[in-house]
Amino acid sequence: MMAFLSKFCLSVALLLLMIAFASPAAAQESYFVTYSHQMEEPGNLEIATKSVAASPKSADSFLGNALEFEYGVKAWWTTEFYLDGQSTADQSSIFTGFRWENRIRPLLQEHWINPVLYVEFEDVSADKSLLEVVGHDGVSDFSGRNDRGEKKREAELRLILSSNLKGWNFSENAIAEKNLAGDPWEFGYALGVSRPLSLKALAVSCVLCRENFTGGAELYGGLGELHSFGLRDTSHYLAPVLQWQLPGGPAMKISPGFGLNDNSHRFLFRFGISYEIEQIASRLRGR
Amino acid sequence: MSGVFRLLVFCMMALSLALATSVGDGRWQSKVPESDRVRQNPMAAEAGSIAAGAKLFRQHCASCHGSDARGRNRRPDLHSDRVRDATPGQLEWLLRNGSLKNGMPSWSRLPEPQRWQLVTFLKSIP
Ligand code: HEC
Repeated sequence: MMAFLSKFCLSVALLLLMIAFASPAAAQESYFVTYSHQMEEPGNLEIATKSVAASPKSADSFLGNALEFEYGVKAWWTTEFYLDGQSTADQSSIFTGFRWENRIRPLLQEHWINPVLYVEFEDVSADKSLLEVVGHDGVSDFSGRNDRGEKKREAELRLILSSNLKGWNFSENAIAEKNLAGDPWEFGYALGVSRPLSLKALAVSCVLCRENFTGGAELYGGLGELHSFGLRDTSHYLAPVLQWQLPGGPAMKISPGFGLNDNSHRFLFRFGISYEIEQIASRLRGR
Repeated sequence: MSGVFRLLVFCMMALSLALATSVGDGRWQSKVPESDRVRQNPMAAEAGSIAAGAKLFRQHCASCHGSDARGRNRRPDLHSDRVRDATPGQLEWLLRNGSLKNGMPSWSRLPEPQRWQLVTFLKSIP
C-alpha cells in the first residue's frame, strides 16, 4: 500500500508542477463513471487522476488509480489515454495496464438530446479502477489475489446521450463491453445529473463562491451478458458527486458511492483532481 | 488489434479532412434560426454583467481569442464588424452551439445566464 501511495503522491506532485506552468482553464466532466456530451476543447490537454478506495467485507482493501491524459483533437473529437494501477492491502501495488478511448459527436449542433459515440480499447490485468461496471461484475471479483497473469483485452462501446437544460446536465450512457478473447458481450449503464450551485457568475474573481461548485449524482451498474441480460447477479451504485473548480487552478471532485445490493461493494470512495493545459501545441511552439 | 487501431485513426483523419472548411468566414451566422436571432439579452441591464462576462472570457475564451480578444493562431479577432453587428441572440446561439467544424467549442455546459453575461461582454468590445 505504501509503495502505491508514494507513486500516487508522486503523480499528484507532478500534476501540481504542471499547474505552475499552466493558466486558467475550464472545469471538465463532473462525473466519474458517466460521460456527458462535453468534449475537450480542441488543442487542450487535460491531465487528471481518478482514484477509488474500498474496503470490501470479504476481501482486502484496495486503492485503484487511473492517470488520464485527455486531448481535444477537434471540437467534435476527444481522445483519451489512461494508465491504470492499483494497490491492495497485504498484497501488492501494481501497474495494471492502459486504456485508449475516443469520443465523437456525430451531430455538430446542440439538440435536446446530444449523442456521442465512444469507443475504447483496454489492455488490463487485475484492474480495480472501477471506471465502468458491466455484466455480472460484483464484489466477489475482488476476493482473489492480484493476478497479473489474467490479461484482459477488451473493447468498450458506449452510446452517450446528454442534455443541458436550465443549468442542469442529464446524461445517459448505454455500455457494451467485449473481452476480445471471446467472452460474450457484457452490458451496463450509467446515468448522471448535475448542476452548478449558481447559474450566474460574480463580477469578481472568487475561490469559494457557488459558481465554482457543481453538485450531482450518478447511478451505475451492470445489466448482465448477452445470454443472461437483466439485473440478476449484477451490482449497482448510487453516488453523489461534488466538484470544485479553482479559478486558474485544478478541479477537484469527490464522490462517496453506496452499493445498492449484496453483490455491490457497500461503500466506494472516489476522488479526482484534474488540470487543463490550454493550447498545448502553441505553448510548446512558444506562441 | 493494431489493424483496428490503424483503421480507427484513418477514419478519424478522413472525417476531419472532410469536415475542414474555412475558419472565420462567418458562415455560422446563416445557421441561426430567426427565433434565436431576435432573442433579447436578459442580463444586458444587470449591474456587473460586463465584468462577470469579462471574467468568464478570461477563464474560457482567452486561450484561443487572446486576453485582448484580438484573436491568435487563426482564431478570429472579436473586435470586428461581424461581432459588433451581430444581435445578442445570434451570439448566444453561437456560444450554445459552437462552430464545431471550424474549432469553436460549444459552451452549452455553461449555464444560460453565464452565456448571456459573455454576450454582454462581447457587445461591449469596441
Ligand atoms: C478552442 C479555441 C476556441 C475557444 C476556447 C473559443 N473559441 Fe470562439 N472561435 C474559435 C474559432 C476557431 C472560431 C471561428 C469559427 C468559425 O469561423 O466558424 C471562433 C469564433 C468565435 C466568434 C465569432 C467570430 C466571427 O467573427 O465569426 C465569437 C463571437 C466567439 N468565437 C466567441 C467566443 C467566446 C465568448 C468564447 C469563450 C466562451 C470562445 N469563443 C472560445 C475558437 C475558440
